[in-house]
Amino acid sequence: MAINVPFDAVELAATQAARAGWWGTVKDFSRRRPLGAAGAAVVLLLVLVAFSANLIAPYDPEKVDFGAMLARPSAAHWLGTDAFGRDVLSRLIYGSRTALLVGFGAAVIGATAGAVLGVGSAFFGGRVDLYLQRVMDIFIAFPLIILALAIVAILGNTLPNLIMAITIPMIPRCAIVIRSSALSIREMPYVDAARAAGFGNGRIILRHMLPNVMAPYLIMLTSFLGQAILLEASLSFLGLGVQEPTAAWGLMLRGAAVDFAESAPWMAVFPGLAISLAVFAFNLFGDSLRDALDPKLRTL
Amino acid sequence: MRLPIVGRVTIGLLLATALAVPVPAVAQDKPRYGGELTFVVPSEPPSFDGHREETFGTIHPIAPHYNTLFRTDPTDNTGTKVVGDLAESWQFSKDMRTLTVKIRQGVKFHDGGLLTSKDVKASYDHIIFPPAGVASSRKGAYIVVEAIEAPDPQTVRFRLKWPESSFLLNLASPYNFIYRAETLAKDPRWYETHINGTGPFKFVEYVKGSHWVGKKNPDYWDKGKPYLDGYRAVFMTSSSAMVAAVRGERAHAQFRGFSPSERDSIVQALGNKITVQESPWNCVILVAINHEKKPFGDKRVRKALTLALDRYEGSKALSKIAIVKDVAGIQVPGTPWATPPAELEKLAGYGKDIAANRAEAKRLLKEAGAENLSFTYKNRGVAMPYEPLAVWVIDQWRQIGVTVKQEVVEAAAYYATLRGGDFEVAADFQCGFIVEPDLDIYKFQSASISHANYSRYEDKVLDELYVKQARAVDAEERRKALRAFEKRLLDEEVHYIYTLQWHRIIPHSAKMHGWTITPSHYLNQQLDTVWLSE
Amino acid sequence: MWKYIVKRFFLMIPTLLGVAVFIFFLMRIVPGDIVELRFSGESSYASKENLAAERARFGLDKPLWRQFVTWMWGVVRLDFGTSMWTGAPILEEIKLRFALSLQLAIMATAIGVLIALPLGVAAALKQDTWIDYLARIVSIAGIATPSFWLGILMILTLLVVFHWLPPMVYTPFWVNPWQNVIQLIWPALAVGYRLSAVVTRMTRSAMLEVLREDYIRTARAKGLVERLILKRHAIKNAMLPVLTVTGIEFAFLMGGLVVTEQVFNLNGLGLLFVQAVARRDYTMTQALVLLVASVFIIVNFFMDLMYGWLDPRIRYR
Repeated sequence: MAINVPFDAVELAATQAARAGWWGTVKDFSRRRPLGAAGAAVVLLLVLVAFSANLIAPYDPEKVDFGAMLARPSAAHWLGTDAFGRDVLSRLIYGSRTALLVGFGAAVIGATAGAVLGVGSAFFGGRVDLYLQRVMDIFIAFPLIILALAIVAILGNTLPNLIMAITIPMIPRCAIVIRSSALSIREMPYVDAARAAGFGNGRIILRHMLPNVMAPYLIMLTSFLGQAILLEASLSFLGLGVQEPTAAWGLMLRGAAVDFAESAPWMAVFPGLAISLAVFAFNLFGDSLRDALDPKLRTL
Repeated sequence: MRLPIVGRVTIGLLLATALAVPVPAVAQDKPRYGGELTFVVPSEPPSFDGHREETFGTIHPIAPHYNTLFRTDPTDNTGTKVVGDLAESWQFSKDMRTLTVKIRQGVKFHDGGLLTSKDVKASYDHIIFPPAGVASSRKGAYIVVEAIEAPDPQTVRFRLKWPESSFLLNLASPYNFIYRAETLAKDPRWYETHINGTGPFKFVEYVKGSHWVGKKNPDYWDKGKPYLDGYRAVFMTSSSAMVAAVRGERAHAQFRGFSPSERDSIVQALGNKITVQESPWNCVILVAINHEKKPFGDKRVRKALTLALDRYEGSKALSKIAIVKDVAGIQVPGTPWATPPAELEKLAGYGKDIAANRAEAKRLLKEAGAENLSFTYKNRGVAMPYEPLAVWVIDQWRQIGVTVKQEVVEAAAYYATLRGGDFEVAADFQCGFIVEPDLDIYKFQSASISHANYSRYEDKVLDELYVKQARAVDAEERRKALRAFEKRLLDEEVHYIYTLQWHRIIPHSAKMHGWTITPSHYLNQQLDTVWLSE
Repeated sequence: MWKYIVKRFFLMIPTLLGVAVFIFFLMRIVPGDIVELRFSGESSYASKENLAAERARFGLDKPLWRQFVTWMWGVVRLDFGTSMWTGAPILEEIKLRFALSLQLAIMATAIGVLIALPLGVAAALKQDTWIDYLARIVSIAGIATPSFWLGILMILTLLVVFHWLPPMVYTPFWVNPWQNVIQLIWPALAVGYRLSAVVTRMTRSAMLEVLREDYIRTARAKGLVERLILKRHAIKNAMLPVLTVTGIEFAFLMGGLVVTEQVFNLNGLGLLFVQAVARRDYTMTQALVLLVASVFIIVNFFMDLMYGWLDPRIRYR
């Protein structure tokens, strides 16, 4: 797929920002792209909640209370309790930590590693490019969930390994997108000029290629954030992700939530809402970011 | 596997003399003939050969086609009374080293052939002395058997290397299908893919991934049985599909067990069209504590871990959401050798004063220098009831200041983890097809004797107690030895921790009668006593 | 052009081979053993001889490269072997589930496309109006909502509000069309919603891009009627990326619906996949991965062809 990145888009945005000051940029963005601003606001709220979880959560999320098993939402427990009497609201709040940790962790590592590979592949070209591309193709053709399953099975079921299991499938997907962008830069005459002038590879990459792949990089990053959270939820739901008694949204949907869905629906409803809201916000923001940086960039 | 046991006259005689009489039909109403029983099975048979397989997925659809030599009384809900199936009568020799069994006359295989002692001998040879290339899962369970003889067409004789009084119960394994000697001689693997038994039902069809059908055997030797015209076993993998089948009255039963929430939803939907039978299950999740990893070699630490568990509150609460219930020791509550609750309370962690127990636990940890203990609990990757139990124990350990993280090991990698000792504390389990101490506590002997001892300890005293209970001449002596074994295992040394006994819940159609629940989902599945009302 | 097609065609082979090698060795790195699992059942006693004999029967005791070659040689002749768990031929096992997965994929795609195309076009034509905002919100919600959660909610609603549970056992369409459809319509809706979201977004952005193109402006300048412009130029040209995205999503639905199948109790390829990995059924996992990867690679191949045909510059890369 041909992707055209006008190389001055980021510079343009940066210049505008410099002129207006950061608050001005925010106001501008909010006015022109209200949806994106709303998304960003929710993301910010989420981050805030995650940071201050221990201050705002009414109960300890792992505290078992057999006296209050499967209790409906009430004044004592706003969103009810689960099969162990644990407060659903508190688990949701602490669950945001897990979601953001996994989401940001996987997205940042995945997008960055992918960008490095993509730029490297594009820049060095030739055999390196050919082989790297084939390897990327293999990874992309490989079914995502199976790869994640296998990685967790090999490495063991811990949080860092889970992040790695989610990150690895993302790397090649980012790499090919970044590679396309980087390729179009490489063809530009000023790169040849820079080489002719004797500039080293590192400098060319850093000063010319990187700024121009910033836009697709940021876009892939925000897109990965949502996907990582969804993938973690799916894996936890299958029993291969975060483990009890840690609070995590996907995990909360497992087991008792489904078994008791009829008599205690709050267990199934609220975590799903949380996941949807978070991913929704990330996508809204990411979309508007893409529109701002380059409307012609097609992302899925 | 079985150790030498000398002269258990009393128990042997009790078993030998009783029950030469076929079991009468139990139902309070008169059994009605006719109807097809439909039940769901969560697992398919990997092969048709009971001698080879270990799963109930083989028993549930296939057991009705066969008879065994002995079986457990289908009306006994402890599943511990041995009655003859194809055995008409039997006698132990005075030294208890020979078991002579008289085979029923006039029993025919489904293909018309007549059953003789040759067939019984060949079947047991197939189990105990399998030819090369044939896998027998229970070979190791019958090390005590020296030889099997068939001196005349009506008699089979088992010669034992030493006397073993649990031998009869062991012989009553539901997997010991009696095959035709002729067929086994021609192709010892024939039964992996074909059915030909003497049982109450004949084979009709098997559609992989779908169902298994059997129909009434009109020439069944037990005249007047079976009552059913046939049965249909439907294979389903997901529990919600099975619940929907029973709830929607498309199946009469599921013979493994449902969870409490599943039972509740079925009962809520069908009211008195459903009969619920419940029983403690001969399965328990254990906590294996790796003695080779510090600080778990110190018994004070282990004792603290068991003292922290409020088993009684746990039982009340967890029985609502998981398939566990009773607080038990080394034997299923309600069975002949189980410790009475009052005595059980004296063991560490079984006392009712949880506050005192936990205070003691904290003190022990401090004394052992393990105050801020933290470790990883490796759990088995099977949801029910491993997950809820893990949440429970981790919470209970928190109450004494111990921080535990859970790491779930996938089922396929689980055995390797346990065997390799690659854990500090892990979930283990003890399940048996029949309730008998020799089988149920074999595992807890020293690691040099028991390959299933994953806590990796050596304990000569415990080994001696095992032998003592196995050799005990009189019942009271055996009971005393078992109590001492239990005390040493769970109280003095705390080599293993027992959590809560599994609980078997079978909600079945009220139209189904004549089936009695037992602590084992492998027993009582020949369906010859089952009838449908309408 | 032919050179391009041939080149792309031959590039499929190393990728497929790479996938084969990858899954082969990946499965063998993952700890755990099918033989253990099969023999242990609910006890933990299994004799070592039995285990060793079974392993030999599966050929697991032979050196790795030998196992790989044996397997690949079979694949080349389209003989995928037998499942290590059930002993049945793999093609048979797959066939049992294939119909269900295919039907579900088709239904979900149909639902998705039926919603997405008109919505995406409308959103593009009326950009920045309430229609556009609605379409964008609805489609982002579709991507954000986990489809398995949607499935749980659906079942819950059906149960609580309508006191009705969809049939839990699969009946093929030709046996009983009504039963078949009322079982599959719910997962098709849950999955179709997400698919429609992806396709809506692509339709919208593709339309937007096309509408900005010079030739559209030219057509407008020429005075052509708006609707004609749309039909003749815009939609047709926007369809290309939409088609490719739909193709990729459809490819994903074959074997990728692991969690949805679990929620709706569907005996499909996704469930088979997860079971095969859980049981370390090497032959089954390998075959399924090859199947899914091939579908994906072939769809990509046609995608490349279409782009090459449309944009000559790409051919010379």
